[in-house]
Amino acid sequence: MAMEDVTGRPRPPMRSRISPVDWARRNLFSSVGNTALTLFCLWLLWLAVPPFLDFTIFSAVWTGATREVCLGPDKGACWPLVWANLGQFIYGRYPEDEIWRVNVVFALGFAAIVPALIPSAPAKRFNLIFLLVIYPLIALVLLAGDRPGLRPVPTSEWGGLLVTLVVALTGIVVSLPLGIVLALGRRSSMPAIRTVCIVFIEFWRGVPLITVLFMASVMLPLFLPEGMSPDNLLRCLVGVALFSSAYMAEVVRGGLQAIPAGQYEAARATGLTYWQAMGLVVLPQALRHVIPGIVNTFIGLFKDTTLVLIVGIFDLLGQVRAQLSDPSWTVPQGALTAYIFAALVYWVFCFGMSQYSNFMERRLNTSRER
Amino acid sequence: MSGANTPKKMTVSDKVMIEMTGVNKWFDDFHVLKDIGLKVNEGERIVIAGPSGSGKSTLIRCINRLEPHDEGRIVIDGIELTEDLKRIDEVRREVGMVFQQFNLFPHMTVLENCTLAPIWVRKMPENEARDLAMNFLERVRIPEQAMKYPGQLSGGQQQRVAIARALCMNPKIMLFDEPTSALDPEMIKEVLDVMVELAQEGMTMLCVTHEMGFAREVANRVVFMDAGEIIEEAPPEEFFNSPKNARTKEFLAQILAH
Ligand SMILES: Nc1ncnc2c1ncn2[C@@H]1O[C@H](COP(=O)(O)OP(=O)(O)O)[C@@H](O)[C@H]1O
Ligand SMILES: [Mg+2]
Repeated sequence: MAMEDVTGRPRPPMRSRISPVDWARRNLFSSVGNTALTLFCLWLLWLAVPPFLDFTIFSAVWTGATREVCLGPDKGACWPLVWANLGQFIYGRYPEDEIWRVNVVFALGFAAIVPALIPSAPAKRFNLIFLLVIYPLIALVLLAGDRPGLRPVPTSEWGGLLVTLVVALTGIVVSLPLGIVLALGRRSSMPAIRTVCIVFIEFWRGVPLITVLFMASVMLPLFLPEGMSPDNLLRCLVGVALFSSAYMAEVVRGGLQAIPAGQYEAARATGLTYWQAMGLVVLPQALRHVIPGIVNTFIGLFKDTTLVLIVGIFDLLGQVRAQLSDPSWTVPQGALTAYIFAALVYWVFCFGMSQYSNFMERRLNTSRER
Repeated sequence: MSGANTPKKMTVSDKVMIEMTGVNKWFDDFHVLKDIGLKVNEGERIVIAGPSGSGKSTLIRCINRLEPHDEGRIVIDGIELTEDLKRIDEVRREVGMVFQQFNLFPHMTVLENCTLAPIWVRKMPENEARDLAMNFLERVRIPEQAMKYPGQLSGGQQQRVAIARALCMNPKIMLFDEPTSALDPEMIKEVLDVMVELAQEGMTMLCVTHEMGFAREVANRVVFMDAGEIIEEAPPEEFFNSPKNARTKEFLAQILAH
């Protein structure tokens, strides 16, 4: 039976396999320069990889209840430090008895995001409405607990991965739609709307995120009457969301520019309204063009969340740093261990996003060719 | 009485479908349409010809207000085109348009291209829209391509899909802007055949084209434009055999030399 892809055409035959030796000769040692470069890279790897593996795996201490297990010569990473403080790294100072609420939020979020990301999963529309509208409300109620029966937990007690995810996901969920609206506004034929959008975008693109957070956290309360100023975390969320919307707007605008005017005109000529023409014809094509740029912005945003550290919010990195001053776990290799752990967590999330974007791009390319 | 060489006498009613009076338009300070007056009755087929840059596209794009006009009146089937968005939408539902570059939506199948507007504009149920679209795809003779994407079709096939897409809105008027200019010569006929059939069914048509054979066969009148003005307007026989204006003669000499 002939294999067919989604377009119904037969697949090209599998590439015939070549031996690893042939492959290396062709790609790594094809010329003197190429050979020198290959050897140089191997030498760099030789310098970096074995010590790293030795520190993180072979000489690492994996189990133990106190800092003493990590003391002594030739000891690598002190993983028990991470295990002992995992709670703080994930939940910050969230009250011990209420941690189940965070876990419910994590589990619900996971259960909603995974099917949303799988193209063939059923009930996409309900899934997305739940994820984008209902879930944030549930999460807010559960985490903040400002409802009878739930003990309120002020955001100053939130921390760790919880805060990182709250800031990053809020930024992601707000910045894409807001960025799209801003990008459309920037191309609007109405001068007032266009001007407002340009000023907004250029303002946020022109200020460093650190300044935005600092203004939101420190300056804003000075201008607002006493007791009027909203929660510190909330102010930072708004700052991050607006900041990333401006970047998203420029990414989306690039995509819009790649779509010929005839697409919009043909849509309008059949009687579709402006929003229908944009939503059904122009944007689906434009966004597809800029998936890498969109995900790139998401990844940048995810890592930029660490900046909330400077306004006294303890995200994952902040929590890791805070833990280092805990005397019960002061060991010489403690800082390095904790930072490697933090880096690994960030890497897993960002690499996941990047892989997902590659997957979507490939999928869209094979199913719809121009 | 219809002669032997005009076997299909196509009916023209005296209801006015398009009325343009004193229409002027500028692109900045470039005067692109100059005092245009044009009246088209129901069932009439008008061919618009003229050198490149003379304003033919702009003229027909004013009819569904892809371009707004600056002066004068344009009334389509009793609806005057103004700033009023409701009326613009109303007119666009009645007026189908076919572009030189097809402008099919590349991210949708042929069928989805055709059902999009009926579903979203006419609020037609999906299966009804699908039946309607298949019906028109059969009439343009490509029902078997319904599940393909536009990028997988030839230019001639794409243009026929574009015609079917416009017909799915059941328009009273069809506008064609050089529908065969982007096609390889061997595909021109398959598109013109569809257009001739449409004309025989009594569709009111405005067609910018340099296909003079098509003009002779189906047009009631040929309108000749130059530098934003309508220079001459006559039935095809008269237009080709005894043009009055010097610029028309020059243009015809160039066109027919090919
Ligand atoms: N959007 C526009 N802005 C400025 N000038 C335009 C625009 N569209 C068309 N023009 C100019 O108007 C003139 C008429 O264009 P057009 O109606 O496309 O002519 P035709 O279809 O007869 O070739 C051309 O000189 C063209 O350069
Ligand atoms: Mg033109």
